[in-house]
Amino acid sequence: MYVAVKGGEAAIANAERLLAEKRRGDPAVPELSTAQIEQQLGLAVDRVMTEGSLYDRELAALALKQACGDQLEAVFLLRAFRTTLPRFGASEPIDTARMQVERRISATFKDLPGGQVLGPSFDYTHRLLDFSLLATGGEPPPPAPLGEAEPESMPHVLAMLDREGLIESEIDRRPDAPVPDITRDPMTFPADRAARLQGLARGDEGFLLALGYSVQRGYGRNHPFAGEIRFGAVEVEFVPEELGFAVSLGDVAVTECEMINQFKGSATEPPQFTRGYGLAFGHCERKTMAMALVDRALRARELGEEIDSPAQDEEFVLYHADNVEASGFVQHLKLPHYVDFQAELVLVRGMRRAAEAAAQRARPLAVAAGEE
Amino acid sequence: MAALARASTERLESGWQALGQPAAYDLLRRPEIGMVMVRGRSGGTGPKFNLGEMTVTRCVVRLESGTLGYGYVAGRDRRRAELAAVFDALLQEPATHGPAMRHLVEPLEAELAAAAQLGREKAAATKVRFFTMVRGE
Repeated sequence: MYVAVKGGEAAIANAERLLAEKRRGDPAVPELSTAQIEQQLGLAVDRVMTEGSLYDRELAALALKQACGDQLEAVFLLRAFRTTLPRFGASEPIDTARMQVERRISATFKDLPGGQVLGPSFDYTHRLLDFSLLATGGEPPPPAPLGEAEPESMPHVLAMLDREGLIESEIDRRPDAPVPDITRDPMTFPADRAARLQGLARGDEGFLLALGYSVQRGYGRNHPFAGEIRFGAVEVEFVPEELGFAVSLGDVAVTECEMINQFKGSATEPPQFTRGYGLAFGHCERKTMAMALVDRALRARELGEEIDSPAQDEEFVLYHADNVEASGFVQHLKLPHYVDFQAELVLVRGMRRAAEAAAQRARPLAVAAGEE
Repeated sequence: MAALARASTERLESGWQALGQPAAYDLLRRPEIGMVMVRGRSGGTGPKFNLGEMTVTRCVVRLESGTLGYGYVAGRDRRRAELAAVFDALLQEPATHGPAMRHLVEPLEAELAAAAQLGREKAAATKVRFFTMVRGE
């Protein structure tokens, strides 16, 4: 017999009020505005936008505020919100070669057109706690120094290798082919690289970081070079149906990482470097680097490599990369399982009774055997 | 439209005020908040893939002359989409093209160019100048 139970409304309402009080913290401390989160916790906003799969800085900041800073909870909130909006269509592909570059580095060429532009980065800091930041209300830091902006463009490093034929070309050979969308159609395997890249772009940074690390340590045999990492604003263009030509929607900030991997050759093709690609909203180099490592690892089948590591297994990677799905399934264990557990309890008690009864039946025989 | 899409609501409002006599228009499509799926290309130049969505607000207006104006702007600001649509329409009318350019688009383009230049100069200051250490001798 199944008995439905109800209850807990008052407890839930009060728990929500308690959460609201906790979220606000000590009322003597000024309340955080979403503008402050957007401006001063910008990298948290970037991660929430990327994994929440929705570029909207204000909404991501709001989600972070509502989630008390819990990034995965904020990602969940943003994902839930995005399901309430209609989709007008898909943009023209962004052109990262025309990026307004804030940072651009290459680990493969020291001297390259456009140069090594460090931009705002933690990389060269000493990682010592800066106690001066404990104080608030002081003067803002002086404006950053200005340099002489050169008119030269910043070509992709890999495009230079491509011109020499030393790396596989990235060409859209089927420009009219439909683009798979894992938010509309269930994933199928073997997955198209486009579907994999979408899954990786919205995938959990921690999960991808660990997989990328595993690849470097030997689980997947590829230890690449960071050909180029760039961060900056790119224009997004969209062709509204009623207009039939592209209009500019404005800019989005993106980070792009191109990895250069071990070469491959065949009877018909000379050896060439291969590629791994990472792209994400906002400034998130670690994420895009991990994404590029995993993208390359997942190309094992296409490149005729042996598949023997977790990062090369596309079902494993793509089914577990989404932190909204993962945290939903892990956290569902908190929900009442009273009936399931009762059933298990009855089962284990019955098994114990049966085992005890069997032991009792066996004992007199053993005793008799001992007396002989 | 590239400049209009990047203009803040305040900037569009002040341009609207500067025009003086406000133009009459109907909302053919009320400002609507939605999303556009942003696409990238693998390797920057290869096949397309879906990166993630962005919020976009769109609006269509009609001037008394019948000219249609379209506003498609990133974000969720309805007024901004409406004003962008109105300016799109005004820019198509011979009588209002000049004033709209003078009062909004031209100064806006100059501001955007200046902001982009400032960004480039700040980035340029972080460009590495390699030098070679003389060793031995």
